Amino acid sequence: MTEWTSGDLRLTNVTKRYDTFTAVDQLDLVIPRGSFFALLGPSGCGKTTTLRMVAGLDQPTIGQIWIGLKDITETKAYQRNVNTVFQNYALFPHLSIIDNVAFGLRRRKVSDHKAKAMEALELVQLAHIATKKPGQLSGGMQQRVALARAIVNRPDVLLLDEPLGALDLKLRRQMQIELKMIQSEVGITFVHVTHDQEEAMTMADTIAVMNAGRLEQVGDPATLYEHPKSTFVANFLGQSNLLEATVKSRDGSIAELDVHGVSLRLPVDRLENGASAVWLGVRPEKLRLVANGSAPDGTGDSNRLTGVVTDASFTGLATNYLVRLPWGQELMVVQQNDGTSRVAAGAQVTLGWAPEHGFALDAKQDAHAGAQDQADDSGAA
Amino acid sequence: MRWIRAHLVAIAGLLVLSYMLLPNIVVIVFSFNKPKGNYNYEWQRFSLDAWTNPCGTPGICDALGLSLRVGFIATLVSTILGTMVAFAIGRYRFRGRSSTNLLIFLPMATPEVVMGSSLLTLFIAMGIAPGTVTILIAHILFCLSFVVVTVKARIASLDPRLEQAAADLFANPFQAFIRVTLPLVAPGIAAGALLAFSLSFDDYIITNFNASPSSVTFPMFVWGASQRGTPVQINVIGTVMFLAALLLVATGQLISNRRAKTAA
Repeated sequence: MTEWTSGDLRLTNVTKRYDTFTAVDQLDLVIPRGSFFALLGPSGCGKTTTLRMVAGLDQPTIGQIWIGLKDITETKAYQRNVNTVFQNYALFPHLSIIDNVAFGLRRRKVSDHKAKAMEALELVQLAHIATKKPGQLSGGMQQRVALARAIVNRPDVLLLDEPLGALDLKLRRQMQIELKMIQSEVGITFVHVTHDQEEAMTMADTIAVMNAGRLEQVGDPATLYEHPKSTFVANFLGQSNLLEATVKSRDGSIAELDVHGVSLRLPVDRLENGASAVWLGVRPEKLRLVANGSAPDGTGDSNRLTGVVTDASFTGLATNYLVRLPWGQELMVVQQNDGTSRVAAGAQVTLGWAPEHGFALDAKQDAHAGAQDQADDSGAA
Repeated sequence: MRWIRAHLVAIAGLLVLSYMLLPNIVVIVFSFNKPKGNYNYEWQRFSLDAWTNPCGTPGICDALGLSLRVGFIATLVSTILGTMVAFAIGRYRFRGRSSTNLLIFLPMATPEVVMGSSLLTLFIAMGIAPGTVTILIAHILFCLSFVVVTVKARIASLDPRLEQAAADLFANPFQAFIRVTLPLVAPGIAAGALLAFSLSFDDYIITNFNASPSSVTFPMFVWGASQRGTPVQINVIGTVMFLAALLLVATGQLISNRRAKTAA
């Protein structure tokens, strides 16, 4: 059991089963009080079901949900000091904006509900439209009203169910920053459900990656990105090149790995004890690409592979390459547009990277897990 | 030619409207007539006689009163019952739900003669004498289906997440119903009630089967009177009913317009 303090949201062994499938499977999670926590995963991974169980809109089949020392598993949604920003906002169409925001306060018989609701509207910069109806507002405005309607109650936990999904890209970026600012201002625990890895990484202090009802990995964005623990996380958060490798030797802090006859190095602490067959992973932007013959020494890095460029696409910020290795596998390479000379398709190149930029994953896992999910979701968004 | 082409839709619309409203206009115009004999079929000359003495024909205002009373009670009962049925069918999954759904439609599909006569058979078999009570039972019965269908459509279009949002915002089930669900379904309930009233007020066939000589509704009175003549008062009451309906619809439109405007 992880350490926890009062006010933390804890899920212990939470499982939700439907007739034919298990939506959430034995979830154990501690969400520290006051943190911005993201539940990240592809559609159908159980993240929304988890959220609904915390809100009280769904009952877990087994397991408990705690806020601090209080077990809230059996309490009804309206008895929980938890509020939700729904995916499509679910604003009451027959009530004015101010009445929408004051709805929760009125139910709790808060005396100065009008003033408090106005304050919340000011926080999201919408005080001037207090008398309008939701139908007259743009999507971005409705989103802020939904946020104000939840925040005004000062819940122990604020749940956000893909709150930015319906907004266009520019507005989404703006709201991401705004949400983060509001969160640090009010200090309420935010639990944000999303399938957008970039959104999760931008906003959250801690991310829990979910897949098929289970937790894949929990950590801060940098740790998840630099040290993924599974092929799913490696592929779902950004992109990864995974090479089939066997451990040849461990010498002090550096291990020697064999990849199709090429010797590559990796810090020993990235390997699990006794692991022999692994996926050796390296992110596309960690690879340095040098055309053969352009420099006598290739790259300065100790890990090197040679190959042929099969595709080069210039995006402005960077150039994306596909490089075919001698055994047919293609690696993704991202070269920042920092003045290094670009290479055309067909060129013979050397790829190099520093050993500490690699990571190792259990070879029993599917190398493509998570890659397809992410492509699907970003296509839909 | 070009003018016609540009305004074809408007012309067609006006033609259809006048086709629909012509009978009402005739009723209104002939309420100001002073017929020669018993039949108000030929325009003679303008007169306010019937308007100044709308109850002038014996029995007409009793019949109107009965129709209004029956209509009011039938509307009230069928709206309450029908709304509850609509919520049960629209919101809950239970055994027999789909067959209930189907059976609710049956009274709408049954020919009125069949329903009227079989109701009479039933009442006689049970030893209930035809009269106001049997008329009421019959009216509630056939109004119910229409209320259910109207309210159910409204419930189906309601986003269930709104009730979840209400629960999330500390509203217990009763508060969520009163504060969120009911206000949103209200237009459907109002439409169902209006429909029920006009159906009840209008019904002749079923009512005629289940009435007694002392319980004569307005449609029965009109039919009975027309055997011997058509008093102008019928046109007066018809005109008043038409204007009342018009006023109701216009007020509703005005309120919703104003609501939209103050919100804007």
